[in-house]
Amino acid sequence: MATSVLEHSAVHHAEAKSGLWSWITTVDHKRIGILYGASAFLFFLLGGIEAFVIRLQLMTADNTLVSPEFYNQLFTMHGTTMIFLGVMPLSAMFFNYFIPLQIGARDVVFPRLNAFSYWVFLLGGLFINAGFFFNAWPNAGWFGYANLTSAQYSPGLNTDFWVIGLQILGIASIAAAVNFFVTIINMRAPGMTLLRMPMFVWMSFITQILLLLAFPVITVALVFLMMDRHFGTHFFIPAGGGDPILWQHLFWIFGHPEVYILILPAFGIVSEILPVFSRKPLFGYTAMVFSGVFIAFLGFGVWSHHMFATGMGPFADAFFSLSTMLIAVPTGVKIFNWIGTIWGGSLQFKTPMYFALGFIAMFIIGGLSGVMHSSPPADLQQTDTYFVVAHFHYVLFGGSIFALTGGAYYWLPKMTGRMLNETAGKIHFWLMLIGFNLTFAPMHILGLNGMPRRVYTYPAGLGFEFWNGLETVGAAIIVVSQLVFIVNLIVSLRRPRNAPADPWHGATLEWSIPSPPQEFNFPEVPEVKSSIPLWDLRRELGSLPEPQRVSGAGIHLPNPSYYPLVAAIGVFVTLGGILFAQPHFPWYVITLTGVAVLFYGVYRWAFEPAG
Amino acid sequence: MHKSTGILRRALVFAPALGLLLLLAGCAAQDYPQTTLQPRGDFAHLVDSLFRTTLLWATVVFILVEGVLVYAIFRFRGKPSDAEPSQVHGNTTVEILWTVVPAVILAFIAVPTVQTIFRTSSTPPGEVVEIEVIGHQWWWEYRYPGLKIVTANELHVPVNKTVSLKMTSGDVVHSFWIPQLAAKRDVFPKKYNPLWFKAEVTGDFPGQCAEFCGLQHGRMGLRVLVDSQPVFDAWVKQQQTGSPLVDAGKVPASMSDSAYRATGDSVMLKGKLAFMTGGCIACHAMAGTATAGLTILQGPNLSHVGSRTTIVAGMLKNTPTNLRHWLTDPQAVKEGSLMKLPRPLTEDEITNLVAYLRAHQ
Ligand code: HEC
Ligand SMILES: [Cu+2]
Ligand SMILES: [Cu+2]
Repeated sequence: MATSVLEHSAVHHAEAKSGLWSWITTVDHKRIGILYGASAFLFFLLGGIEAFVIRLQLMTADNTLVSPEFYNQLFTMHGTTMIFLGVMPLSAMFFNYFIPLQIGARDVVFPRLNAFSYWVFLLGGLFINAGFFFNAWPNAGWFGYANLTSAQYSPGLNTDFWVIGLQILGIASIAAAVNFFVTIINMRAPGMTLLRMPMFVWMSFITQILLLLAFPVITVALVFLMMDRHFGTHFFIPAGGGDPILWQHLFWIFGHPEVYILILPAFGIVSEILPVFSRKPLFGYTAMVFSGVFIAFLGFGVWSHHMFATGMGPFADAFFSLSTMLIAVPTGVKIFNWIGTIWGGSLQFKTPMYFALGFIAMFIIGGLSGVMHSSPPADLQQTDTYFVVAHFHYVLFGGSIFALTGGAYYWLPKMTGRMLNETAGKIHFWLMLIGFNLTFAPMHILGLNGMPRRVYTYPAGLGFEFWNGLETVGAAIIVVSQLVFIVNLIVSLRRPRNAPADPWHGATLEWSIPSPPQEFNFPEVPEVKSSIPLWDLRRELGSLPEPQRVSGAGIHLPNPSYYPLVAAIGVFVTLGGILFAQPHFPWYVITLTGVAVLFYGVYRWAFEPAG
Repeated sequence: MHKSTGILRRALVFAPALGLLLLLAGCAAQDYPQTTLQPRGDFAHLVDSLFRTTLLWATVVFILVEGVLVYAIFRFRGKPSDAEPSQVHGNTTVEILWTVVPAVILAFIAVPTVQTIFRTSSTPPGEVVEIEVIGHQWWWEYRYPGLKIVTANELHVPVNKTVSLKMTSGDVVHSFWIPQLAAKRDVFPKKYNPLWFKAEVTGDFPGQCAEFCGLQHGRMGLRVLVDSQPVFDAWVKQQQTGSPLVDAGKVPASMSDSAYRATGDSVMLKGKLAFMTGGCIACHAMAGTATAGLTILQGPNLSHVGSRTTIVAGMLKNTPTNLRHWLTDPQAVKEGSLMKLPRPLTEDEITNLVAYLRAHQ
């Protein structure tokens, strides 16, 4: 009898292995990770195209390549896309795929909730972009400052697509954050105490806490804004006694932690790559953990540094200035610890290492310009200029994107079972580094010399032409670098599997299983004695044998399910219905239908046998 | 190998120096009329000296940390066959050191920062010129309550006198930015934000709206014209004629219809007629017309539009040709501008209006 059950489950799992339906119903964290990665990469390319059109428009003075309206849509969607649909879900790809692998778990705690998060994210991303087809792409900036976003000054559906789309995406983020938070708390392999977690897991853990605390704030703000636009409230409308500055506070109480949501996973990735390619453990593990915690904590007490020009008064200015400067200390600790990690090491110059080192070099620059505008009087010149654009691109592109790309070169062999070409990887790196600096370094000069942000053009005679032209050349080089990556990726995917389990001599558990991992990850739950379990093992055994694929018979895995998708569609329709909230239109019929679908999905999901 | 590290080391020293040179070259201020790096007002000087302090420390830290990083990258390159390096997990002394040293450096920035915050936060005592700034989508209005002037886009101030701005918005959030003279401050509807400065030289200083405020945010420029005291006084006198704030816009006899008729100046009469029948009167205050005394209209006060050097929020030089372009099709010049004409004007009307507007010096 026992055998027949085992056979049955083996057959069952074999069935689920391929085909579109298997992806739609998957609850496997690795497949969901791949879905996140593929979708996010496409959105990332879209955001890149938007950026490149922006650069073409700004290449010369008084250019008329795009209309002012389309330009405003482009910069709004570039910011929104890169943050919510590019960098965050690219991080989510790594959370999904590697948190369970690094903590020695077979899946996340709530696999179906995980699928639900992904589908809600995808639908939210599509929703926010759908405005394009109705000539209503969002156009009021990714920061959506009130009262420009009020119904009076932003009639039309553009801002509705944005407000509703972000609420949908927020649900996805919060659901995913709950999942990873609980997973990290509960699913760690025996012996993996909190202070033995890989640094990527630590930084991801902190990120989930930030998500859980920051996203409710933006959700509240978005609900207020939606009420103002459709249901006659005046939260942000001065004529009705509301206050546009309230929006700014709510937005940045979310928005500053959001910066750390975008960069902490990158910190984690780099902290994985550097030790492996220096053949030396991370320098100052404990300091790395606590500096991350400290950064996150302080991150909730600095939001008004985005608002020094609003006239908050000297005491508030001084407080937020000092708290912001304070954050430089733990951030500096991280940078010094990374340098301490490579110091005295035996550096192996593989592509992931190039990107990790590039990350440090660029992030330092972004950090220093950040300190420069933590000084409110100085910021009165810098805010809303290209100096700030330079700053946050050094942090988010030079920082997050470099680290995520390094992470891709580091971990894709594990995910796909195929190595990427090293030469192409290095070409990718150098093109990206050169293109990046040509694009963004001159923005410091432009900003300090008086070029404001978010302008669809600039007049001749202010001296902006040369640097803008150079920046567009840089952007073209970045485009080429991405093409190199895409070709590398496609070529590698078309080849047969060639990646060993542990191509880099990694220190963490994901390298102890075949590439790509089997559905159940670990045939036996591993035991852990330090933060570098594989290096411990290698020292013990002299060398590590290549792990073999084994039958997963008898390993309990959750069943595939399409109810998460049903529930996600319910969320989508519920919130999407509000788009039609016009007087005399029964929009609530749509919304109530969505609620019904959501309830149906959740109900069936709740009573579906788990596995 | 030794030789190549030598070259690399030299490159390491030169790269930042080169970068700095480039930055300085990029900062030859005369090429950048809107620069923040060449202050011409006391407020801007306070900000600038603070900026230079932060830049100095940032440069020092940049050179040191990037230097150490690049040094480490070249110094510790290894081969897979090399022996395993020593497995250092940390070092409490250096870790404490690199926590404390940055904190101390930050103190060198924090102290002047807080000082400057308080020095810039209130207008210096003494006699000041008070001006109210009102941001509109997408142009700037200025009112001088003491001097009883209402004008647009070009702010005239006297040199060496403290100017105190009370700033607000008529619609959405904007930000008033005059880089060489002061800095920027956001303006909000139903709220007043202050900014002050004392210009130290005469001249023409461009500025711009710095907070995204909708479609034409990119074309919401402004200029500050710093005049010598006599020039400023003359300008004030001129602007007070027919100002909405002086006798509700009453004009001297020399600007009345009968005076025009007496001199046989039919262009002025025809221009004025076009101004009334073309719908201009619905949005613009204008000396000598029914709207002369109004300050609540949607568009700029045109009573002295002929005396401006630019029109349309700094977008166009104030020439007959440009004025003609603007009146022919404002939406083609500045798409979405709130100047929406009730009907297209005829060629003749435009010719007359151009002459009429330019005569309003
Ligand atoms: C619907 C309101 C409206 C009407 C009607 C209107 N204007 Fe305007 N006008 C504006 C606004 C608003 C601006 C500011 C435009 C900007 O810079 O974006 C403006 C700007 C101008 C300017 C430039 C002023 C400056 O100093 O920059 C001139 C000149 C002008 N209008 C002339 C006219 C004439 C002549 C007519 C009649 C044919 C007219 N306007 C009709 C609203 C109007
Ligand atoms: Cu911030
Ligand atoms: Cu603006």
